[in-house]
Amino acid sequence: MRPGTLLRAAGAWMAALLLFFPLLWLALTAFKTELQAISVPPRLFFPPTLETFAEVQSRSDYLHYARNSLVTSVASTLLGLAIAAPAAYSMAFFRTKRTRDLLVWMLSTKMMPAVGALVPVYVLAQTAGLLDSLTALIVVFTLSNLPIMVWMLYSGFKEIPPEILEASRMDGAGVWGEFVHVIRPLAMGTLASTGLLCLVLSWNEAFWSLNLSAARAGTLAALIASYSSPEGLFWAKLSAASLMAIAPIVVFGWFSQKQLVQGLTFGAVK
Amino acid sequence: MNRLVPRLLLAPAVTTLLLWMIVPLGMTLYFSAIRYNLMQPGELEFIGLDNFEFFVTDPDFWPSVVNTLVLLGSVIGATVVLGVGLALLVNEPFPGRGVVRVLLISPFFVMPTVNALMWKHMMMNPIYGVLAWVSTTLGSTPVDWLSDHPLFSIIVMVSWQWLPFATLIFMTSLQSLDRDQLEAAGMDGANAPQRFWFLALPHLARPIAVVVMIEMIFLLSVFAEIFTTTGGGPGNASTNMAFLIFKQALMNFDVGVASAGALFAVVLANVASVFLIRMIGKNLD
Repeated sequence: MRPGTLLRAAGAWMAALLLFFPLLWLALTAFKTELQAISVPPRLFFPPTLETFAEVQSRSDYLHYARNSLVTSVASTLLGLAIAAPAAYSMAFFRTKRTRDLLVWMLSTKMMPAVGALVPVYVLAQTAGLLDSLTALIVVFTLSNLPIMVWMLYSGFKEIPPEILEASRMDGAGVWGEFVHVIRPLAMGTLASTGLLCLVLSWNEAFWSLNLSAARAGTLAALIASYSSPEGLFWAKLSAASLMAIAPIVVFGWFSQKQLVQGLTFGAVK
Repeated sequence: MNRLVPRLLLAPAVTTLLLWMIVPLGMTLYFSAIRYNLMQPGELEFIGLDNFEFFVTDPDFWPSVVNTLVLLGSVIGATVVLGVGLALLVNEPFPGRGVVRVLLISPFFVMPTVNALMWKHMMMNPIYGVLAWVSTTLGSTPVDWLSDHPLFSIIVMVSWQWLPFATLIFMTSLQSLDRDQLEAAGMDGANAPQRFWFLALPHLARPIAVVVMIEMIFLLSVFAEIFTTTGGGPGNASTNMAFLIFKQALMNFDVGVASAGALFAVVLANVASVFLIRMIGKNLD
């Protein structure tokens, strides 16, 4: 190996470990007792214990919140894809003069900070009796992810060469046939990575779940906030709860990262 | 038919987004012009621009504008610079590159509340935290990060979260940089900084624009990190626009003033997006 490569590899490994260290530390702390968690100097080696995990489950019913997180993120992803995919398809393959303006407008709705809509959405949810309900979270997650999804799908669909479509149109395929037989196989990658990103964003969404949900519809992101001070001093419990909240999505992310990355370019890579 | 179908396909997305924009905006406009405090039920009285005056003359107002922009600028700056660096570092194959990649992108999957509490306690606690231990080991006094440098601490947390995203996009983009061109430049005697400046950086212009745009969208409304760690404090040292509006609405129960603030945030976001669309609008095609 050339010395340059060796140096580069060492640098990359150090950077990666440094960035990953907080997560590693969180994971280690989750297996400590409360006393070990705050020992000075911090302990890297210790006899691991599982008791904090059991305590977290019995104290705050982790599974209930995990279920809410799963339901809201999967449902909002599917709903989002169902609304965004046709729109992106239409914009990519039936371009008009206004397509670009439309896309910019869609993105500009995402520019409006969520907090700007907090009071109205809160009032609306209250009026509809949907405060602290999964329905409200699903709807809000879907709407706030929609612009990003349309953009991502649009830039993916645009990569599909129009000649293929022209050929199938000549053969007399209708819009539906075209979508199912020509676009779908080519667009599966884009659809998958858009869905993955949306799943991650919804699972981790904290603004709306903190403000619109409580004990009934609370997601894991909201549950963790309840571990902030003064209970935050119980680091082992905090870590165990945090680890249980992020592990599903982080592991999922590790396995799907290749797929996710492919679509995450937003047309930036030519 | 050929005109109708594309429009029908667009209709659901356009309608929902239009409603999502117009209904809250209309309600906010209405609330902002009336006296509406949840703690003082009574007649909702029209008071014109008083709420705006109240919000803008709040001593926390300007600090929160400044904090919002500092947070936005610092995180974007840090993630773009470090992201380009990391992407260059892992661009060539080396042993364990796959693992390094996975480690590097992990923070992207961590929810903001966990991110915030993890840094607040396990990393930045002035007595038991890892950073305190590092300072003591190096012979200096531990820093109480969240009390003494609250905004900087928030910047660290948010940057840690967004660095993987920037790195990923730059990494993908570098993969498509023409290798022959790089090698030819090397043969012609271009040194590494020159190759970076004249070949890699121009190639990265577009992905940088995209990263800036997406981060701007998300970072204008950083909330959970502040909510779970500093609570905007000490004083207003880490209060951004989003948190100030939240405080008015859900802690002071003043819907009128909060709505005036929300409209201000919308204006701020639009000013930002005008810049943005100028800058990267052409990248959408």
